[in-house]
Amino acid sequence: MARAATCAFVLALAAPAAQAQGLPDPLTDLPGDASRGRAIVLDQPRSLCVLCHAGPFPEIAFQGNIGPDLSGVGDRLTLPELRLRLVDSRRVNPDTIMPPFHSVEGLVRVGTQWKDTTILTAQEVEDVAAFLASLKGPSE
Amino acid sequence: MIRCVTVLAIGLGTPAAAAGDRQSGYEIMGPELRAMQDDEAANPGMLWVTEGAALWVAPEGAANRSCASCHGDAAQSMAGVAARYPAWNEAGQGPIDLTGRIGLCRTRHQGAAALARDSRALVALAAFVTRQSDGLPIAPDPDPRLAATREKGKALFETRMGQLNLACADCHDDAAGGQLAAATIPQGHPTGYPQYRLQWEGMGGLHRRFENCMSGVRAEPFGAGSPEYIALEAFLMSRAAGLPVEAPAVRP
Ligand code: HEC
Ligand code: HEC
Ligand code: HEC
Repeated sequence: MARAATCAFVLALAAPAAQAQGLPDPLTDLPGDASRGRAIVLDQPRSLCVLCHAGPFPEIAFQGNIGPDLSGVGDRLTLPELRLRLVDSRRVNPDTIMPPFHSVEGLVRVGTQWKDTTILTAQEVEDVAAFLASLKGPSE
Repeated sequence: MIRCVTVLAIGLGTPAAAAGDRQSGYEIMGPELRAMQDDEAANPGMLWVTEGAALWVAPEGAANRSCASCHGDAAQSMAGVAARYPAWNEAGQGPIDLTGRIGLCRTRHQGAAALARDSRALVALAAFVTRQSDGLPIAPDPDPRLAATREKGKALFETRMGQLNLACADCHDDAAGGQLAAATIPQGHPTGYPQYRLQWEGMGGLHRRFENCMSGVRAEPFGAGSPEYIALEAFLMSRAAGLPVEAPAVRP
């Protein structure tokens, strides 16, 4: 019962943003490079991903569990859907705690050192999206 | 349907802190760190407490008076004081935290030069005064003039900030108990400050902890002693009411 209620609620939230389920157009001319993307994802201070996510990253000793395990995420989400979640997850879930990686919209009291910059560049978003799209099949 | 499964999985990964289910950061530490805090001989914070005890009886400033010359035996006069701060400062007509209060005694009552908030002497004095509340339940000052400060603190706690766009509450209410890489997210109760933090390799106050969490989300910190941090502290102490003071606490 609780499960069904949660699902209905989540789907209802997602519905109005349906047109924004994905960003089909790449942000850069240079196609994303999955191996560069992997290096970015595994670099915790740079991308923060493994702070919150686990995944098929055997070399990372401490992986977070705040977000879902990224294993097989390429089966669950398309490249445009992945790109959108990286650019700004708030466009899928307004209450998300996943940081907006390529948007400064609505941010409050950003440290001077980071003011008006995004966590990832457009090219980094493309590289990470290409890497995530390559994560197919069950966890290694 | 796929999204449903994902969301349910997240729900499992982050047990939310239910009301009345409050837990000190002590509870989520490993057995070694808990033993370090519990054993006076092994607790590095005791060094600061001992230094504070010596400063308590040392005459200072133009008045050449010690804390003890006015307050007597700290075990009597200071028992429970740290457990109810921040308090209302009549002279300044505003809220004041314990460190600020001690600083005022130093300048106004001892006639001595002000100490920096994070100076070893002021941290040691605060550690010594807080030690006199060890094990006592946090009991916020009922002065109604503090209500507005607590409300401001609550609002700040719930405001998303920084490049990561996270509110204190996102982590310490909603994701408490979850793993942020190697760190288990605590509920963020200020039960043990000043504390010996391994990452600091030293003793520091609550506002220093706030600075760490704010720079963690890449927000512009408010600064130790700022009205914002005093408001956050006043709110967090009311949120932690009844939990025992840990003096000195040890944290990773
Ligand atoms: C502060 C925690 C946090 C950080 C940092 C973070 N995420 Fe997330 N992420 C989440 C949460 C929580 C979700 C679940 C969806 C939601 O709440 O919006 C999520 C969802 C996702 C999803 C969708 C997964 C699915 O199965 O539906 C992907 C893909 C993703 N994150 C990738 C990343 C990548 C790549 C990075 C680093 C560039 C990253 N995340 C950084 C918290 C985080
Ligand atoms: C000349 C007397 C005098 C000296 C010396 C003095 N104080 Fe005080 N202290 C006071 C008075 C009086 C108050 C009540 C508030 C006020 O009027 O300033 C007070 C209040 C306090 C309080 C708050 C108590 C409460 O119940 O809220 C603390 C804590 C404190 N002093 C600590 C210290 C420390 C630590 C020192 C030494 C560094 C010190 N004091 C030195 C006179 C003194
Ligand atoms: C991204 C998640 C996150 C956010 C946002 C965050 N914190 Fe924290 N906080 C942590 C973690 C993780 C720790 C524990 C660090 C460790 O164990 O090394 C912590 C520790 C604390 C503690 C220490 C608790 C203890 O047991 O001593 C307090 C107090 C605290 N945070 C307050 C705040 C406040 C106030 C804010 C908002 C200004 C905030 N935090 C924002 C993750 C967060």
